[in-house]
Amino acid sequence: MATELKKIRLSTSPTDEALAALQIGDIVYLDGVVYTAREGVYKRVIEDGVDLPLDLPMASAANFHCSPAATQHDDGSFILGAVTATASFRFSKWIGAWLAASGAKLIIGKGGMNPEDYRDHFVPHGAIYLTTVGYGTGALLGRGVKAVCELHWRRELGLAQAMWVIEVKNFGPFIVESDRHGNSLFERENAKIAANIEAAYNGTKPAVLKRFGETDDRQDELI
Amino acid sequence: MITIERLQATAEELMRRAAIEIPEDYLTGLKTAAAAEDSDLSSFVLEAMLENYDAAKEDGRAMCGDTGCPRWYVKMGNEARVDGGPVALEAALRRATAKATSTVPLRPNRVHPLWRTDYDNNVGIGAPEIEYGFEPGGDWIDLTTVHKGGLFGTDYRMLFPSDGIQGIKRFFLDSLVAFGKRGLACQPAIIGIGLGGSKDACMVLGKRAACLRVVGDRNPDPKIAELEDEMKVLGNSIGMGAMGFVGKSMVIDCNIEIGFCHTGGMQMSVHAFCLSSRRAVARIYGDGRVEYRTNPEWFTDYQRRETVEWPQS
Repeated sequence: MATELKKIRLSTSPTDEALAALQIGDIVYLDGVVYTAREGVYKRVIEDGVDLPLDLPMASAANFHCSPAATQHDDGSFILGAVTATASFRFSKWIGAWLAASGAKLIIGKGGMNPEDYRDHFVPHGAIYLTTVGYGTGALLGRGVKAVCELHWRRELGLAQAMWVIEVKNFGPFIVESDRHGNSLFERENAKIAANIEAAYNGTKPAVLKRFGETDDRQDELI
Repeated sequence: MITIERLQATAEELMRRAAIEIPEDYLTGLKTAAAAEDSDLSSFVLEAMLENYDAAKEDGRAMCGDTGCPRWYVKMGNEARVDGGPVALEAALRRATAKATSTVPLRPNRVHPLWRTDYDNNVGIGAPEIEYGFEPGGDWIDLTTVHKGGLFGTDYRMLFPSDGIQGIKRFFLDSLVAFGKRGLACQPAIIGIGLGGSKDACMVLGKRAACLRVVGDRNPDPKIAELEDEMKVLGNSIGMGAMGFVGKSMVIDCNIEIGFCHTGGMQMSVHAFCLSSRRAVARIYGDGRVEYRTNPEWFTDYQRRETVEWPQS
């Protein structure tokens, strides 16, 4: 069926006005430069105190939680096939320090982050979260990559954790998961589903043997 | 005699096909789910995935940036012989995995669990997994590669006979709800359920039920087949769809495999494959012929035999 969702083209160095206009559930396509950074880069910069290898956020304000399916040839050239995000909730412990260090305004990943991360870190830094779709539309995102501009820390972190700097055009789709006020699309959907979930459990019963830490509250999120 | 050159070349082609081409059975299942979906967000996600499969095939690039953890299922006909024997076969599969990682390319996902060492080729200690099965008659080898996502959507629980079908349904729903939120299980997916065996055997059964059986396939035990249908309907009644958004589709199909277990227990495992259900199969014959397909046809009467002798008397 045709969807009524709003589709937006957004710069990877977005203006305040452009960020403020985004609403949760909007579909976004990016133009500009995106870099990958996940636990390897976060640890190296935040815990080990290594200087950033490029000028952020001048070069880009868009941090992608991604390891591309890519190869670097011996001559230094690249094949970059598919790109998809990795689950972001695991990076919670670094995200505040990272937003401060990098000036990132767009965090792009899989599955969003906790409401507390939005409230305590994203909102004060004026950042929003874009989630990939699917997951994942790796081939469609791969098509949006125009060039690999730089590859940093390939030797130190390996291909998957290295910092890939990529030029993108009409790169998407992404969905706005958190807005400038810290509202979360996933939280909204979780709440809607929770209202009806008990009906699905009719005719089932709890296991005879309980497990340590078990909860019967299905509104709890076990991530 | 099957030559190592033929085996390795076929394995490389399978790696490419698995990463790029969505199997027809899953594609048909997803199209049916997309047609039935009426929530804006879930519909958008499913349509984007359908577009993504086309893009992958047209461009010859992997469907998903996370290309999973490549693994191999080798099934040998009783008359099959490999040049160089099983050690040469394993080396060929490791070479094909490493080579395809850079040529497709795939994401070099495999690292040492503690030191995070990454050889950038998806090969390492215990990787790729190679599992074996045998089949009476035949001078062929069926090679199947599955590139399953690695992190979310799988769980195990020791249930007991008194938990019954109600308990099985409960754990099934718990697994889908827990991993379905935010779409971490990359649903809607083929859900495999293992029942019985022992803890390790139960996990293997569930994973094979998810990865080695196709959409629309049914267990030969009519009562288990009925339970498969029921579980599919149950999973889709949660009200959750793609990405954990409100929707109708969590389960494209549910496959159940069983193994005899300890008289006091009823082990259960749940495995979700994903929106990029990467599997590819080829049969290599002794005379060098190769036939490609997407249905592993792993669970034959022989694999599910319950008699002492074969053939059954």
